[in-house]
Amino acid sequence: MTGFPILSLMLLVPFVAAIACFFVEAKLARSIALVATLINLVLGVVLWANFDIGGDQWQFTERANLFAGFQWSLGIDGIALMLIMLSVFLMPICIGASWTSINKRVGEYMAAFLFMEVLMIGTFAAQDLFLFYIFFEAGLIPMYLIIGIWGGDDRIYASYKFFLYTLLGSVLMFIAMLWMANEAGTTDIPTLMQYDFPAGAQTWLWLAFFASFAVKMPMWPVHTWLPAAHVQAPTAGSVILAGVLLKLGGYGFIRFSLPMFPEASAQFMWLVFSLSMVAVVVTSLIALVQHDMKKLIAYSSVAHMAIVTAGLFAFNVQGIEGAMMIMLGHGLVSGALFLCVGVIYDRLHTREIDRYGGLAINMPKYALFFMLFTMASVGLPGTSNFVGEFLGLAGIYKMSSTVAFVCTTGIILGAAYMLYLYRRVVFGEQKNADAAAMPDLDLREWLMLGPIAAAVLWMGVYPESFLAPMRSDIAALETRLSRAVPAGDANLEIGEPAPAEEVADHGGAH
Amino acid sequence: MDLMSSIGLIIPELILSVSGLVLLLVAAWGGNDAAKPVSIAACIALGGAFFLVAPSVCAGASGPDTLAFYGQFRADAFAGIAKLMIYAAAGAALVVAPAYFERLNAMRPEFAILVLFAALGMSIMVSAADLLTLYIGLELNSLAAYVLAAYLRDDDKSAEAGLKYFVLGALASGILLFGMSLVYGFTGTTSFTGINAAIAGGLSGGQLFGLIFVLAGMAFKISAVPFHMWTPDVYEGAPTPVTAFFASAPKVAAVALLARLSLEAFGSQAAAWQQVVTFAAIASIVVGALGAIGQDNIKRLLAFSSINNVGFILIGLATATLAGASAMLVYLAFYVAMTIGSFVAVLMLKDADGNALETFGDIKGLSTTNPALAWCLLLIMFSLAGIPPLMGFYGKLVVFQAAVQADLLPLAVIGIAASVIGAFYYLKFIKVMFFDEPVDRVQGTSDWSHWALLVISTLVISPIAFLGTEWLGNLTDMAAAALAVAG
Repeated sequence: MTGFPILSLMLLVPFVAAIACFFVEAKLARSIALVATLINLVLGVVLWANFDIGGDQWQFTERANLFAGFQWSLGIDGIALMLIMLSVFLMPICIGASWTSINKRVGEYMAAFLFMEVLMIGTFAAQDLFLFYIFFEAGLIPMYLIIGIWGGDDRIYASYKFFLYTLLGSVLMFIAMLWMANEAGTTDIPTLMQYDFPAGAQTWLWLAFFASFAVKMPMWPVHTWLPAAHVQAPTAGSVILAGVLLKLGGYGFIRFSLPMFPEASAQFMWLVFSLSMVAVVVTSLIALVQHDMKKLIAYSSVAHMAIVTAGLFAFNVQGIEGAMMIMLGHGLVSGALFLCVGVIYDRLHTREIDRYGGLAINMPKYALFFMLFTMASVGLPGTSNFVGEFLGLAGIYKMSSTVAFVCTTGIILGAAYMLYLYRRVVFGEQKNADAAAMPDLDLREWLMLGPIAAAVLWMGVYPESFLAPMRSDIAALETRLSRAVPAGDANLEIGEPAPAEEVADHGGAH
Repeated sequence: MDLMSSIGLIIPELILSVSGLVLLLVAAWGGNDAAKPVSIAACIALGGAFFLVAPSVCAGASGPDTLAFYGQFRADAFAGIAKLMIYAAAGAALVVAPAYFERLNAMRPEFAILVLFAALGMSIMVSAADLLTLYIGLELNSLAAYVLAAYLRDDDKSAEAGLKYFVLGALASGILLFGMSLVYGFTGTTSFTGINAAIAGGLSGGQLFGLIFVLAGMAFKISAVPFHMWTPDVYEGAPTPVTAFFASAPKVAAVALLARLSLEAFGSQAAAWQQVVTFAAIASIVVGALGAIGQDNIKRLLAFSSINNVGFILIGLATATLAGASAMLVYLAFYVAMTIGSFVAVLMLKDADGNALETFGDIKGLSTTNPALAWCLLLIMFSLAGIPPLMGFYGKLVVFQAAVQADLLPLAVIGIAASVIGAFYYLKFIKVMFFDEPVDRVQGTSDWSHWALLVISTLVISPIAFLGTEWLGNLTDMAAAALAVAG
């Protein structure tokens, strides 16, 4: 596959399909979108299968000097590969989730989603600073339209809040990027990752990038756009928001803040830790008192992302690997939870928790899936989030036992609000007649939830498939960070892992 | 430097003036029936001038060979690239005008002739290498523009716009003239290079005074804060094709002239005017953004948007570097496309009887009733807001890059943060078109020339144009380099 521009092809397929969707009527637009996203999924699988684990850090690189000031330069490492896989995996499911619930302006809706896919893949694959910024920032346009046109009652407020918050964060980063390009004389991200910026400048650059990524992440206290946007977005919009867009912030930290400004990262470690600790506790408590299912899951996302940021800034392999695994796991699980909400919202058109109850009786299959994803969100062993949370907390503990302690309370609170939600919706008596009359999952919903459930279990039982491609990149990141690591307080010695025999067998399978 | 070579350099201007005079005679004898042919002929004249200027831009003409009439006039690549934009914008105004005026029974041949003379004036402005040439060009343009603003003489708003424009414009010309006389008095010369040499050792009080007054007069012409007050009223009152013209061509001419004046005539004392320009830039961005928020009239909103954009263009000038001048030209090129596109779109907002619609209430839910128009406007608005991947973003990229390279970080940070305020009202535009319930008032059909212009300008600001940035960057770099040779 070397030399074949597969990344460009993955950008081109949804782009062409998006243009086509503008000009066709609803039925055809749905099919075009589904086919295009499935093609991209296949291309993604091909990408993963051909990714040489342990090979070059940057693979599938393409470069064309097309523009003035920056280049069309693509390439991925293991981290980007995993996030691209997450995007292409969730996209067909999003299209499926919108199959019947979106009835107005279907062509434009599908086009917006396909553009989103282009921009997400582009963000993860971009190897040029400004190309990254263009993809990163352009995502605002389709998301603004998705929330504003197809959202709920308060959609206009939510769309404005989403747009302006994230824009304000990003423009400061833009100026920092201009400064960096000027200082280093290049816009090539791999080169910049090795460039040592002066320590004084790093402080400002780090803060500028932080302004952008903290909003995208979102970190407390700039998270307030997220519940508004989530609640008002259509189901598929929430899935993409929670599943992939929130990961842009974490990806930004891994790709820019940490490797490019190691000293400043160490300097601001406690800022990140403090905000993360506050977020874990506060947003979990807020989630506990929500009456709106989507809002509850949205606040739980903020809490999970706080563990991600804390893990990233633990400056060790466990923390960063854990953060990546939480991001992947959370992308699947929160996406699936929003789909679960969507399933019953489509039937009853309300997200009020009190309007449901006792669904286990009339919707047993639904209850089963919902149970699995609830448990995964809590971090039950055997599900995806357990791996990430365990690794992440181990990494955080290595750096600071206090932070690890506070973050762990978040896991306990997480169990509280998720199980409380599940009890109110699925168990108990059937107090509402209309809720009791809802039919169980149909085939389309099976096809949406089934693959996610399989992936969640796969990631929980055999995380090596997902960790292997990222291992050398995260190790390289740790080496890069080693010169600035602050002293930890726990002095945890993490031993060498026992050799896993299956690695060789499974390594070639994906 | 003999007469023939001088005349050779001003052939584009000669074409414009001769055809303007001939068409004036045609109009005098032909009456209103000649309106259409005169319009077409004016377009052809502009096109001819365009293609005569193009080679010098591509070749990056600079140096003493471009000086005409003993240093009065300079036909270099910098002037050339500005002329290309001016001619294109003037041509666009001529193309969209007939449909608008015919419905009001106001299609008279003098419209095209006035646009032609205004374009000639602007052409002289950007080529000025001497204060006298500058003033001749500026006034030729202004006089034509005053009449254009009041072109619909039966319409109160148009007459008001013309009067306001004239009174304030005359005041600005007075200020400019006063500043020029001070500069002449304290330097003993009116030529740009002479002034630059005279002030090389330092600015005297009188020279500084003159410089400030000249800048104030120019700020009025580009409607930079604090000399912007006339803009919303004139833009709203003037007939829409005229507003489209005002917002594009004269802006290019005045900005190019200001750049040449600052960098060539006062280039050796950049520190003296840099702070003035920096203040005007930030004030324009902020006032342009805040002023637009409460507007309900689309033309008024676009007026504030143009004030806002001038602020970004001035950031390029505030760097006082050639990279900044080049960035300004790039920004201007996309600004012209966005302006023409947005005003053409406004022209296409008509009800079933063909009456012009200008308020936000009229375009509610436009995306369902007229999707093509709404999507073009969406792209233009996001481009004006500077959201990637549209070319408005690229304009901001090069301008801020120049600012960062010139170590003007605070200016860049304040400027870009204020651009978020601007994004708010561009979003409102999109919100009204896409999120609100349709009122279906826009029902009028537009002829193909409007659609063609709209599509062309949308393509110019679409991501496809990234492919042309390398080429455009080379042209503007060469154009900016021509300035250096002059200094």
